[in-house]
Amino acid sequence: MSIASTQKKGFGAILWDYLTTVDHKKIGNMYLAAGAFFFLLGGIEALIIRIQLIKPENDFISAGLYNEMITMHGTTMIFFAAMPMLLGFMNGVMPLQIGARDVAFPFLNSLGFWLFLLGGILMNLSWFFGGAPDAGWTGYAPLSTSSPGHGLDYYVMGLQLSGAGTLMGGINFLVTIVTMRGPGMTYMRMPLFTWTTFVASILILFAFPALTVGLFLLQFDRMFGSAFFDVALGGNSVIWQHLFWIFGHPEVYILILPAFGIFSEIIPTFSKKRLFGYSSMVFATFLIAFLGFMVWAHHMFTVGLGPVANSIFAVGTMAIAVPTGIKIFNWLATMWGGSIKINSAMLWALGFIPSFTIGGMTGVMLGASTADFQYHDTYFVIAHFHYVIVGGVVFGILAGLHYWWPKFFGKVLNETMGKIAFWLFFIGFHLTFFIQHFLGLMGMPRRYWVFLENQGLDTGNLISTIGAFFMAAGSIVFIINIIYTTAKGEKAANDPWGTGRTLEWAISSPAPEYNFKQLPLVRGLDPYWIEKMDGNTKMTPAEPLDDIHMPNGSILPVVISIGFFIASFGFIYQVDNKSWLIVLFAGMVIAIGSMLIRSLKDDHGHHIHKEDLEKEAD
Amino acid sequence: MTGANINKINSFKKQKQKEEMKHQVITFALMIIFTLVAFIAVGAGMNKTYVIPLILILALVQVGFQFYYFMHMKDKGHEVISSLIYGGIWIAAVTVLTFTTIIWW
Amino acid sequence: MSHDHSLSPEIHDPAKATHEGKHKYLGLWFFLGGETVLFASFFATYLALRNSTAGGPSSQELFGLELVFVMTILLLTSSLTSVYAIYHMKNHDFKKMQLWFGITALLGLGFLGFEIYEFTHYITDYSFTFRSSAFGSAFYTLVGFHGGHVVFGLSWLTALMVRNAKRGLSLYNAPKYNTFAIYWHFIDVVWVFIFTVVYLMGMVS
Repeated sequence: MSIASTQKKGFGAILWDYLTTVDHKKIGNMYLAAGAFFFLLGGIEALIIRIQLIKPENDFISAGLYNEMITMHGTTMIFFAAMPMLLGFMNGVMPLQIGARDVAFPFLNSLGFWLFLLGGILMNLSWFFGGAPDAGWTGYAPLSTSSPGHGLDYYVMGLQLSGAGTLMGGINFLVTIVTMRGPGMTYMRMPLFTWTTFVASILILFAFPALTVGLFLLQFDRMFGSAFFDVALGGNSVIWQHLFWIFGHPEVYILILPAFGIFSEIIPTFSKKRLFGYSSMVFATFLIAFLGFMVWAHHMFTVGLGPVANSIFAVGTMAIAVPTGIKIFNWLATMWGGSIKINSAMLWALGFIPSFTIGGMTGVMLGASTADFQYHDTYFVIAHFHYVIVGGVVFGILAGLHYWWPKFFGKVLNETMGKIAFWLFFIGFHLTFFIQHFLGLMGMPRRYWVFLENQGLDTGNLISTIGAFFMAAGSIVFIINIIYTTAKGEKAANDPWGTGRTLEWAISSPAPEYNFKQLPLVRGLDPYWIEKMDGNTKMTPAEPLDDIHMPNGSILPVVISIGFFIASFGFIYQVDNKSWLIVLFAGMVIAIGSMLIRSLKDDHGHHIHKEDLEKEAD
Repeated sequence: MTGANINKINSFKKQKQKEEMKHQVITFALMIIFTLVAFIAVGAGMNKTYVIPLILILALVQVGFQFYYFMHMKDKGHEVISSLIYGGIWIAAVTVLTFTTIIWW
Repeated sequence: MSHDHSLSPEIHDPAKATHEGKHKYLGLWFFLGGETVLFASFFATYLALRNSTAGGPSSQELFGLELVFVMTILLLTSSLTSVYAIYHMKNHDFKKMQLWFGITALLGLGFLGFEIYEFTHYITDYSFTFRSSAFGSAFYTLVGFHGGHVVFGLSWLTALMVRNAKRGLSLYNAPKYNTFAIYWHFIDVVWVFIFTVVYLMGMVS
């Protein structure tokens, strides 16, 4: 198969190419695009929430719709916007950083993406089919078991599908990092983003099964009449809370660790200095991951677990501040004395440090279990987690988009618009959420449809809503930037920043299908920088030019995902009418049948021949 | 490599495999014995305070045999695998501990 | 890097001789790490709800040692037979490998038959169902998920054996057999905890 066939193609051919691709870079781009789409959906939902709260006793939307908005905003942003975009970075960058030609399981990788996408679509279809889920993104039983209609059923099935997809992605990254590191790429030479991908994948591996089980229990209670959360039959709804948070707390580290990784790439690149305290950064990442699994009950301080349990979880929670603090100081020390270049990517990184630190501080406040009784379920909590998730994860995603855009799409994003977007978003973010700390301390509860006037909450809420519109404006500028760059931008060089340190900058932008014509020899941490310091313009190859083995594309991941997607409707509606079981079985037949085809049909992949590679320009 | 050499290696390899297989059968015999002891202890109506820790320990040892012998976790090249499995076991243990102590019934 | 999948005599372990084989091996193990947490969550839920019988039958009234013992022996033995199968795979003896895997499948099928019998017995003779009580839900979910894993394992093995019956062993299919064997042992591991925690402990307390 020749690579010269990537010339001009019709729309149908391009679509088919993306539907069947097993190339991690294309899958990464699809993750980014789908994540961005859901990010906009979640953003619109956020604006509707803020408009409803712009003045006391507003009636912009009804109470029921408000509940659906907050539920969908939270779920969409966490599962269908933030996570997929990070998975997009992992797909697009990590194999390049370790000097690999591919990932370990290209087929599984593609299946993971399609399951996520159809899970997200499934859940959002609930808007059109009788109402969205309305029990909050945490779906606490018994509210979630007794919620009428099918909204919660869509929640269960949508998350189940996308959760399975994410788990596949996680396993794929783990095996890739363990087995496919290039020549000389030892563990302690891996870039920090690869490290955080590795650790976040471990968290995915261990956290998602707990969610899977929780969702199964909820699904069985809602659809098949089991009694896990039915107190009349001996059920216990605290079980849901535990399972949800055994997953849910590591989940926030699944989100924030890759963002930390992104900043750990950007700050050294634009400070022209190696990352300060590399080993301590790796160690801190592991420590955060370990502690992150031991603290979930701090979401449940007010449940009544008793003072002993609350104290243990409070201490664990505060302990996380230590490794996080190590990271903050390492970033500051990296910049110290460096020759800092402030561009859009670096601006997001610089904005992140104070914003995230505020979120970390309120986190320690919330971790004090006795004080938490005052903060619990108020806007103080809302302010806290938006400071860490927007100030940490979203800033990280936007920084990463600016930083790696040339590597993904071959063009550098416009700097002026990048800076405008940053300032609008940054100011808007603090306007929206800083004031919410005080609203919360004044007693404004979260998830309420309206607030009353003359309770000192009016001005604060107005400011918060104004801030939300600033954030929206920032996002719009960013979108215009993308469109403008795609239309007008110039082709980017291999290393458009000039100070790239890691392997991805040693190859063309965007990377060729096979990533590395010859696998590069890694001689230390920041391998590309080492070569530059030795006066080399490119990496020393570690092997002679030879045929490259590539996996074959396949439509089966899409078909399997569609099968499960159809089966989900069967699950949801068989409660009303047993004939929907036919749909369930039909979907399952499609999915399992395609899996069987995959397993029975031999697929040895193909080779890109040496002669074709020689024809390619460097 | 000459044919004779291959044969030599093969016979050495076969010898090693046979020895290993013998270990596996011993492992299996031990597992069956453990299972028998556990069932007999419960069937004989032993005191609850002794029998529960006993059967739990027997189960743990048996599972250790499965992992290390049947699933070859004792072999070289299983370092990453065992650290991840132990990670999973640790989280499993914490989960079970939680659900037997603080689910607030 | 050759992509010839034929088996040459100097290959020590055909399951791990190729990149794909190594990836599959690691990938399955990591998956089992996740499965550990999955089953732990089911076990934990069961332990939390095992006394919530809501006036229905309790574990002491339901469980009988004999049936569980037979099931245990069947599944443990199937673990050993799959070890034999892998032993023959390492000796490049395809016929004997298929034979031992066939015995493994039969033992697994026997286990499954007894489990189905057990469930129908509880449902018809005790009216103890998935919906009777929180205990019922937790019991059927935990043991049922294990049973589901057995069903999946058996289908996997059958597909492998039928597909490769005429093709013999190669570096392409050896990793598939090997990962199946590891998966099958894991099913056994879960069962060891089920018979201990669910059945034996359920008989005691």
